[in-house]
Amino acid sequence: MKLTQDAIERNVGLMIVLTLLVVSVGGLVEIVPLFFQKSTTEAVTGLKPYDAVRLTGRDVYIREGCFLCHSQMIRPFRAETERYGHFSVAGEYVFDHPFQWGSKRTGPDLQRVGGRYSDEWHRAHLINPRDVVPESNMPAFAFLDKAPADAANIEGKMRALRKVGVPYTDEEIAGARKQLEGKSELDALIAYLQGLGLELKNVR
Amino acid sequence: MSDFVSQFWNWYVILLVLASILACAVLLWTQKTPPAGAQVDTTGHVWDENLEEYNNPLPKWWMWLFYITIIFGLVYGALYPMFGSFQGLLGWCSSPQPGCANSQYAREVAKTDEQVNPLFDKYQKTDLKVLAADKEAMETGKRLYLTYCMQCHGADGKGAKGFPNLADSDWLWGGEPAVIVETISNGRNGMMPPHAQLGSETIKDLANYVRSLSGLPADSVRVAKGQEAFNSAGCSGCHGPDGKGMHAVGAPNLTDKTWLYGSSEATIIETITKGRNNRMPAWKDFLGEPKVHVLAAYVISLSEGGAGGK
Repeated sequence: MKLTQDAIERNVGLMIVLTLLVVSVGGLVEIVPLFFQKSTTEAVTGLKPYDAVRLTGRDVYIREGCFLCHSQMIRPFRAETERYGHFSVAGEYVFDHPFQWGSKRTGPDLQRVGGRYSDEWHRAHLINPRDVVPESNMPAFAFLDKAPADAANIEGKMRALRKVGVPYTDEEIAGARKQLEGKSELDALIAYLQGLGLELKNVR
Repeated sequence: MSDFVSQFWNWYVILLVLASILACAVLLWTQKTPPAGAQVDTTGHVWDENLEEYNNPLPKWWMWLFYITIIFGLVYGALYPMFGSFQGLLGWCSSPQPGCANSQYAREVAKTDEQVNPLFDKYQKTDLKVLAADKEAMETGKRLYLTYCMQCHGADGKGAKGFPNLADSDWLWGGEPAVIVETISNGRNGMMPPHAQLGSETIKDLANYVRSLSGLPADSVRVAKGQEAFNSAGCSGCHGPDGKGMHAVGAPNLTDKTWLYGSSEATIIETITKGRNNRMPAWKDFLGEPKVHVLAAYVISLSEGGAGGK
């Protein structure tokens, strides 16, 4: 069969195959090589997988849609690095499945929020943002204080993450439930936030 | 883009990109305008008995636009990083990376530093009290404050429950200029230990005594018992025998009208029972000394109701 426009138009199967081939070129060039690049696959010095509490907090972060208003991606512009700290590098995200880059900043970027405020500030701020920042339009998350952190699924979550390359040890997974004992979702979320971006915290 | 695990990926990117560009060129070439007067075929579809459509190629000017994009792409790829590990003839990169120190980011930072650093150097040589009265410097101070400090201390510096008011003249750790610089530089850990072991009755006595210290209404019997407990339970160790506090440990003065967490009996009981914990982060490494200096001056101006306080 000659590969003419006529032949392709009249053969849907052939058209699908050829379309897929053309469309996949972009991904083959732009995405596939990233899996074979050290800066995108190797963790930055000091980066550790989220422990059970921070991982649970991260899930609360995702569930509550924090990423809709907060990015975790500091771009290499002076105006951003002055405010937030060192620009983001790929090696900081290697244990994030999925990453929380976000695409909109109604609130500030949170990638280096770890240690920026005290735990007490986060508690007051999450329970009612206007108690500490009267101008804030962030919703209140007071209910997290009363919700116990979900310990039932933690081992499964950690095992699933291990399958995609997060190096959890058996001991860490075995001790996960115990770490979450008595913790509220608010505690977990604060632990997650306080651990964000510490690897490049004071690097300018 | 220069840290592929093997050179294979370098060539993989280069060849795929070149092949795609070449494929576009070939596609355009096959669609080229036929010579004038040549027979143009129809698409072969017929509608409504005799309605047919000529399969004319795109107009020439339009085709040229496509050729120009191909040339643009190749020039762009020669100048900027596009072909695998090839850095491009301009040596451009967005952020610093091995083999490219002069990134766009580094240039942007250097350019701004050149403008603002002389100013910050000048400010740093100026005495804090003098700087606090310098309107121009306090404009800078205000901007720094609104970026880094207002989340806890408020846009007006008046603080919030648990976060100290900077716009008054009461200080937890001391208001001398050098102490303010120290506080901003290295942060502070405010820690009042919990005293639940004293029992709820004694705590209530203490709360009444503390209220009486600042002239608030209190039960006089409990005040007398509370005063005794104040010394025997160790409160005076931090807050001083007269309750006037101690800057060295950040213990508040209990005899004034300033309350960090609240002055109601219930709040004071909560404070004594559960203790209070809060932390001011250290800013020295993040901001650097010159900015800490300007911020300290701004805090002084807030407290004096001066240039920054308005």
